[in-house]
Amino acid sequence: MTVVRISDDALALACGADAVAAAFVAAGCMVERVSSWGMHWLEPLAEIDGIGFGPLISGDVGAVLAGTSDKRIGAIADHPFIKRQQRLTFARAGKTRPLSLDDYAATGGWSALKRVKSMASSEIVAEVTHSGLRGRGGAGFPAGIKCRTVLEAPGPRKYVVCNADEGDSGTFADRMLMEGDPFQLLEGMAIAAQAVGARQGYIYVRSEYPHAISKLNAAIELVREHIAPFRIEVRVGAGAYVCGEETALLNSIEGKRGEVRAKPPLPALEGLFGCPTVVHNVLTLAAIPHIMVPGGASLYDSLGIDRSKGTMPIQLAGNIRHGGLFETAFGISLNELIHDIGGGTASGRPVKAVQVGGPLGAYIHPSQFDLPFDYEAYAGADALIGHGGVVVFDDQANMGALARFAFQFCAAESCGKCTPCRIGSTRGVELIDRIRAGGRDADPVEALAQMHNARKDRRSRAEDLQLLEDLCETMQFGSLCALGGFTPYPVRSALKHWPEDFS
Amino acid sequence: MTRAARIVEICVSHRGREGPLLPILHDIQREFGCVDAEAERVIAHELNLSRAEVHGVVSFYHDFSAEPDPRPCIELCRAEACQARGAEELIASAEAAAGERVRLKSVYCLGLCSVGPAARIGDRLHARLDAAALVKLVQSA
Repeated sequence: MTVVRISDDALALACGADAVAAAFVAAGCMVERVSSWGMHWLEPLAEIDGIGFGPLISGDVGAVLAGTSDKRIGAIADHPFIKRQQRLTFARAGKTRPLSLDDYAATGGWSALKRVKSMASSEIVAEVTHSGLRGRGGAGFPAGIKCRTVLEAPGPRKYVVCNADEGDSGTFADRMLMEGDPFQLLEGMAIAAQAVGARQGYIYVRSEYPHAISKLNAAIELVREHIAPFRIEVRVGAGAYVCGEETALLNSIEGKRGEVRAKPPLPALEGLFGCPTVVHNVLTLAAIPHIMVPGGASLYDSLGIDRSKGTMPIQLAGNIRHGGLFETAFGISLNELIHDIGGGTASGRPVKAVQVGGPLGAYIHPSQFDLPFDYEAYAGADALIGHGGVVVFDDQANMGALARFAFQFCAAESCGKCTPCRIGSTRGVELIDRIRAGGRDADPVEALAQMHNARKDRRSRAEDLQLLEDLCETMQFGSLCALGGFTPYPVRSALKHWPEDFS
Repeated sequence: MTRAARIVEICVSHRGREGPLLPILHDIQREFGCVDAEAERVIAHELNLSRAEVHGVVSFYHDFSAEPDPRPCIELCRAEACQARGAEELIASAEAAAGERVRLKSVYCLGLCSVGPAARIGDRLHARLDAAALVKLVQSA
């Protein structure tokens, strides 16, 4: 009987994978639902004996089985998009059934957890530190140092918290990992728990990811004994972007408003319910099983450039022809990512801008596309890698409108705790509207004689731009967390490179 | 069973969890379509919180609403990646098709950023939408 492998990842389902799978079943095939290869422009992608066909609709099934389909792409593993990658975290992508313990064990699962059972906590932390792994959520903080702080913090109760509140536009790696390889995340959490001495773990998943939530819950049921005495519970967010900030996330798990906490104290010392807590992103925790196999830490350290070690699952999104998940060692340039690998824009028009790192990331001009993918290089160019999302815009994008959107998004999602973010974001929307409208005269109230401090004459464009710069500076240095603090990145970069879009 | 008794039952079912308020609110929102003032009062009593504390949490999160909205709801992603793929150009025709009958809700990212414009109806996801496909979704919602 012909075995057909089709992904049951949420993205494949959204593209109609269920209908294609049903058509193969109706044609007498056996369908295996596996994780996604991450070649999203080819979804729904069917794999028969290693050969790929996509993007399919149910009407294509007859031709595929008859060997006459024009959607044949050849051997998937040899596809240039896959061949050029260095997959560690996503090594199982496309190859295993997400909830099959047999598949997981057959591909090296649990070997790291078994190994660390006989190791001292400090040895585990030392290996994680040696690997050079840095937090993949955006801040890039060394993972080993965070673990060591929690390990050395006094306290009978400690927690491991997985931040799966992947709210950045242009990112989907966490979702793909949770849906495609949930055991790897659970194994990484269990190792982290062993390293810091935690008994309870939480995975905080955003409510926009119902498929990831159900996969994780099913996976946790299946591995209860493997990870005992450690326990993991999934907590579902409630639509607040700011809960991706670690202290807001902790408040949310505690059942409070998702307001950001002032730091210090660091969550590593006083985190969930006031106890020492290691908070890591999905990708950070999922990288740990690869690091904790013999020689894994040295291998990880040998990849990448400078202080950005290992691999980064980069997500190619937005207006790009070949969008999807591209995991590779740090150091790759945007030129390679967008033109060589991504095939340019989906619309076929020229690339105008690329936003790296989600809604708080800078817009990068094509003249900067040789920048290496590296935490420090991006920081040096007033940009950020964030969670590795790359969103491509063609020449029809209006950067003034996108800068306004950055403020508007910040205003909608601000937790309200600090003034620069809560009020600055709204003033920013107004200011950009005013600049784009060519300024405005004093309104009737401002014109009143009693309004001594109100400006009576029209502001020049230069004055408005200076005001915008002042506002950005206040938000950047005065906000409690990255939401208010990084919103100036997209605004300033848009204004710097595309001033014509602001008039 | 009265509504209040059912809410008590939901609260009791989450006993033993640390910080149970969000899971409780999700259950109540799912079952009754809203978390209203009466529900807040019952939850506050059950969890030994003040009503202000519970209301503060309910009003903070986008997923909880104070009043039920019985209309079918389509969540449409309007974040940057979907904007780059033309999501904003679909809004006018979708709104015209929706009228007052269907609720169009803007969300920011469904994690389908490489195949947008994307929408979600309940747990069903839709990608690669164009104006005609979205209007069809709205009409059949």
